[in-house]
Amino acid sequence: MAYLRAFGAYLPDRIVDNQELAAATGTDAGWILRSTGIVERRFAGPEESVASLGIRAAKNCLESAGLLARDIGLLLTASSSAEHRFPGPASAIGASLGINGVPAIDLPIASAGSLFGMALAAHLAPAYGNVLVVASEVMSRVVERHPAHRDTAILFGDGAGACLVSSQTGFAEIRDALLASDGDFAEALRLYLDAPLYMDGRTIIMHAARKIPRAISELLERNRIPTAAVEVFLMHQANLNLIARVAQALAVPEDRFYCNIQRYGNTSSASLLIAAAEWRRQRPSPPAGPLVFAAFGAGLHWGALLAAPAI
Amino acid sequence: MTNQTKITEIVEKLSGKPLSIAPDESLFESGVLDSFALTDMVGALEKEFSIRIPDADLTPRKFDSIVRIEAYVAHALVRAV
Repeated sequence: MAYLRAFGAYLPDRIVDNQELAAATGTDAGWILRSTGIVERRFAGPEESVASLGIRAAKNCLESAGLLARDIGLLLTASSSAEHRFPGPASAIGASLGINGVPAIDLPIASAGSLFGMALAAHLAPAYGNVLVVASEVMSRVVERHPAHRDTAILFGDGAGACLVSSQTGFAEIRDALLASDGDFAEALRLYLDAPLYMDGRTIIMHAARKIPRAISELLERNRIPTAAVEVFLMHQANLNLIARVAQALAVPEDRFYCNIQRYGNTSSASLLIAAAEWRRQRPSPPAGPLVFAAFGAGLHWGALLAAPAI
Repeated sequence: MTNQTKITEIVEKLSGKPLSIAPDESLFESGVLDSFALTDMVGALEKEFSIRIPDADLTPRKFDSIVRIEAYVAHALVRAV
């Protein structure tokens, strides 16, 4: 068995509002808000990196879990904006935490990376004990703030999240996960070396709006849990309009989906765990019902994960 | 009612206004439909024509104009037989 024990997050200090981005991308702040739901996002400082953000989120998570770094048996790190082809940020985060010797694995899976990490952690926790999943992104350095790239420039922000999955104890038990990939649409969202991030937004929205609710429905059905029984849906914060569409497709009130994209934008893999950390901080009492996590992103990779109150 | 008329009615319902572009003009570039309306249109086409649009066909190019949608629907109806 595997349990969700704690979440953590770190957001850089610099706030970038829509006015600032509108000026750089030749659009207007009202349009950015209407098309994305985003009011502001954070950008990392010049001295910060994917690893440094991830370390802050990891420490925040360990503090929430009441654990020390030496209690970690395995580190999984998701990022789509790592500075190097290799090594990825996982080993640097491990070294900074003082856990050299503990295996540290990179998951360059973009927006669905933290969900895949959580699902893998659930399977690996019985063998490794405490598995720390970190997701960290400095997206501001991989998008081009130019009118020709305005659709992506307005979306993304920087930040990091973390999740401690334990084989022993936690506030919710991870019951099941549904993961899927489809390489036929790999070109629709990509980040090549020496080129800015490219996204065919229409294709991505078409697939996300269909695949996310379908994954959630299938996961709940096979666990015989009615959608109405779910306490909270924690989703990758891609676009406020997309989250509303997913809620509509599932016939669930929108307020059951925790949203913080308004303040942080789309932080790719980090967004799911940043949202989970905020949700947990606001509701520290044991959950009364099932929790559903869901994500979709480049690959295409997508999926959903079910956790339920620990008995 | 022809398929083109049915498709035009779907587009007009989603955009909330009468269609003012030619059947071969882009619904996206002309601003008639946005990404989310495109998603709704796929669902509406499935319902109207009793067809199933598989994930592999979810590319905007197939649904970029009334003419293209009509061709896609015709192909899907044949495939469904």
